[in-house]
Amino acid sequence: MSAAELAAGGHADARDIEVDAKAIFGFWVYLMTDCVLFAGLFATYAVLRDNTFGGPAGYQIFNMPEVLVETLVLLMSSFTYGLGVLAARGNREAQVLGWFAATFVLGLVFLSIEVPDFHSLVTQGNSWTRSGFLSAYFTLVGTHGLHITIGLLWMAVLVVRVRRTGLTRGNVRRLTLLSLFWHFLDLVWIFIFTIVYLMGAARV
Amino acid sequence: MSDHAGPSILPAEMRSASLRGYIFGFAGSIVLTVAAYLLVIGHASTNGGLLPALVLLAMVQFAVQLVFFLHLNTRTQQRWRLHMLGAMVIVVLILVIGSLWIMGNLNARMTPAQKQQYMSAQGGL
Repeated sequence: MSAAELAAGGHADARDIEVDAKAIFGFWVYLMTDCVLFAGLFATYAVLRDNTFGGPAGYQIFNMPEVLVETLVLLMSSFTYGLGVLAARGNREAQVLGWFAATFVLGLVFLSIEVPDFHSLVTQGNSWTRSGFLSAYFTLVGTHGLHITIGLLWMAVLVVRVRRTGLTRGNVRRLTLLSLFWHFLDLVWIFIFTIVYLMGAARV
Repeated sequence: MSDHAGPSILPAEMRSASLRGYIFGFAGSIVLTVAAYLLVIGHASTNGGLLPALVLLAMVQFAVQLVFFLHLNTRTQQRWRLHMLGAMVIVVLILVIGSLWIMGNLNARMTPAQKQQYMSAQGGL
């Protein structure tokens, strides 16, 4: 390493901290705009909720025990991702990869409940074309499911990166951004669980 | 490299992450989720206050996850994230309440005859 690089090393840490701060704040701004996207879908759902057009209402098609399992699986995946963040702080690469794998599997379990559920609704003739309620339902819950899918793809890419280059500062930054994304999806799910499923099943 | 080898490579925004925090957030969220679920499953007895109770449980869980999973706090470097969150909440409230208000009002102004005419024109019922 040259003297110039060594001298720059002193500043590199301060610059890294600034890059971290900017990346995290920028990503946070994206998450907040994504919240506004979901707010539009929630507003549409709330308006169209009772417009079943002769088709089924929410309480007739929701399988509540299944929804509870989906919710608990998502919560658990948030927890395992958190443990991955702690492992990254301790610079334990194998543990990071292990917790990532656990989170990935839990995400897949969530999708493997949601997708067949959507499929059976469609095959029973209750697709998004059936009524305003079902259009809004599929759009809102489907958009969340799409986010989960993107999160899983991102996680797979990150696993490959960490395996190739280790827990570098850049990879840990990406891991942090994905943690915000993943926990954010859990936040959105609280409201899908409450507004769509619980209020739908209770008919309030 | 051990846990104590100089400053952590984890961004400063994540320094408040701790095992206790994650366990508390996880356990708290599960309790709140299951409580809301049980309220709905046995709702015959508590029908009156069910809606406010569900909203309250969701808001508490939202706060728990923001603090313990997304590590939001009032430290100086986090202030702008809080401001963004506040702006988002305002936009979301205007969007959701405004939509419900306007569409509910339009719905209330529509006569049953108009509804029937519209429905049959759309080929349903």
